[in-house]
Amino acid sequence: MNRSSRHLPHLGGYLGALSVATAALMAIALSLVFFYAPLDAEQGFLQKIFYLHVPLAIVSLSGFVIAALLAIMHLRTGEARWDMRSYVAIHMSLIFAVATLITGSIWARGSWGHWWVWSEPTLVSFLIVFLLYATYQPLRFAIEDPERQSRYASVFAITAGAFVPMNFIAVRLASAYLHPRVLGSTSNLPPQMAFTFVVSLIAIALLFATLCSCELTAKRARMQLRALRRAAEARAGEGEDALAPARRPRSAAPSLQGAGTLAAGAPRGGA
Amino acid sequence: MRRTVAALLRKELLIELRSWQSVPAMCLFALTTFVVFHFALNRSSVDGDEAAGILWVTLLFAAILGVNRLFVADAEEGGFDGFLLAPVDRGALLLAKALALLCYLIALELVAVPAFALLLLGPTLGGSLPQLILVLALGDLGVAVIGTLVAALAVRTRARDLLGPLLALPLFVPIVIAGARASAPLLALGGGSAAARWLATLALYDLLFGLLAYALFDFLLDD
Amino acid sequence: MLAELPALPLHEAGKYVAGAYVVVFVLVLVYVAIMAVRLSRIQRELAQLSSSQRAVPDDPRPSSPAPPPVS
Repeated sequence: MNRSSRHLPHLGGYLGALSVATAALMAIALSLVFFYAPLDAEQGFLQKIFYLHVPLAIVSLSGFVIAALLAIMHLRTGEARWDMRSYVAIHMSLIFAVATLITGSIWARGSWGHWWVWSEPTLVSFLIVFLLYATYQPLRFAIEDPERQSRYASVFAITAGAFVPMNFIAVRLASAYLHPRVLGSTSNLPPQMAFTFVVSLIAIALLFATLCSCELTAKRARMQLRALRRAAEARAGEGEDALAPARRPRSAAPSLQGAGTLAAGAPRGGA
Repeated sequence: MRRTVAALLRKELLIELRSWQSVPAMCLFALTTFVVFHFALNRSSVDGDEAAGILWVTLLFAAILGVNRLFVADAEEGGFDGFLLAPVDRGALLLAKALALLCYLIALELVAVPAFALLLLGPTLGGSLPQLILVLALGDLGVAVIGTLVAALAVRTRARDLLGPLLALPLFVPIVIAGARASAPLLALGGGSAAARWLATLALYDLLFGLLAYALFDFLLDD
Repeated sequence: MLAELPALPLHEAGKYVAGAYVVVFVLVLVYVAIMAVRLSRIQRELAQLSSSQRAVPDDPRPSSPAPPPVS
């Protein structure tokens, strides 16, 4: 019996509802941003980027921290599914981090005339965090043994997750004595702007959750498919050597079947 | 536990003394880098922020050389297996390696800082030396802890020379920030003293990652 | 030195704002496209698998159940 399938709830209804909620909330958020939120007195129309850039930043950072928590669960329980969730969370947070950098850069260009500014601590912190997490996939890819790969990846995720807040503190301290924050802060927002911001934040957070769920569903579907194919090949190859494993291209992504548990001698996941 | 750490540390230092793998290379690298900086910046003497920057960057990249070599001998010659078979606390290996790296860094700085004062530094060190030593010590602790963790992570991968620096440098950034900011007034022309907030940041960083590394190190050795 | 910057005229600021939102929109669309490719690949493999199942007549066991629905 495929051990991993016991852990797979039927995700159809849940994923569908999540996507619909995300789409609806994004539509509401966009309408609020462009039709409801008042124009900023200082920055004018350009300030509207704030409703995109800051939620992306917050969700991305939370994603990295969540990935660290998931990695802790993986190290404690030894179950591969936590590692898969951690991997997907980091992957998605990295994409959101890139989006944060791009939107922040566009905002800087509009405000300052430069595509990059060192005086905006959020942007600088994100650059450093991006550079760190960009090594996650190369690290996984450089380890062949799947069980060790998951373990080392979890250690990395936890270390990097602890690093993120420290990094923010350090960079913020470093910039505090140069310039006051120009690209806008989230405090002292008039209520209409604050409401729009909160809705945008929830919308982006839901987007993150939806995309992660899509990713996880697709991965699990692939795993099930492979298990089925292996079973079919085993049946078809009765009498011959039925143990030839399906050839799998090397990938940095964790697999539910490949990764076993941490306890020595425990059976690997699979039939 | 303490005796294990002491024994392992003695072994590390003895090997280093006999084979001179890390420390001479790190020192030479630092000296050469100072020369490179002289030509790259076209400056004969630097002070303040620039001096702090050059010093910290050089120390950091020299430290990476040491980090790269930290676990190589164990990985290649089966030292890990021998250690795992012994009935000792595995954190002892982490402590011993981190302390060894710390010793290498101190040795490096004993050579590099006077060289820096000689070659590039404008103002004389004199009165600010004790504070500089404190800043360097706090920074070294952080570099040692993170360097050991990253070295253990990278050594059993396929691209260990590349992954080590790539992983370590972003993690070193807060140390550089706090260290350079703290050192800048110490190396300035008028003299000055290091701001307490940077020392506090360094201490907090060292503590956080020291604890984290100790908790996580076991998972890197299980095999 | 860092006086408040005057708000950009609307037509210029509009380009930047639009650019930022378009970038994010495109990123999401790219992801949807990648997901679509993956799904079609999964569908293809499922079709192969089920046709090869039917092509194996000498299986003494009762016919294997259909693969669980993939959401």
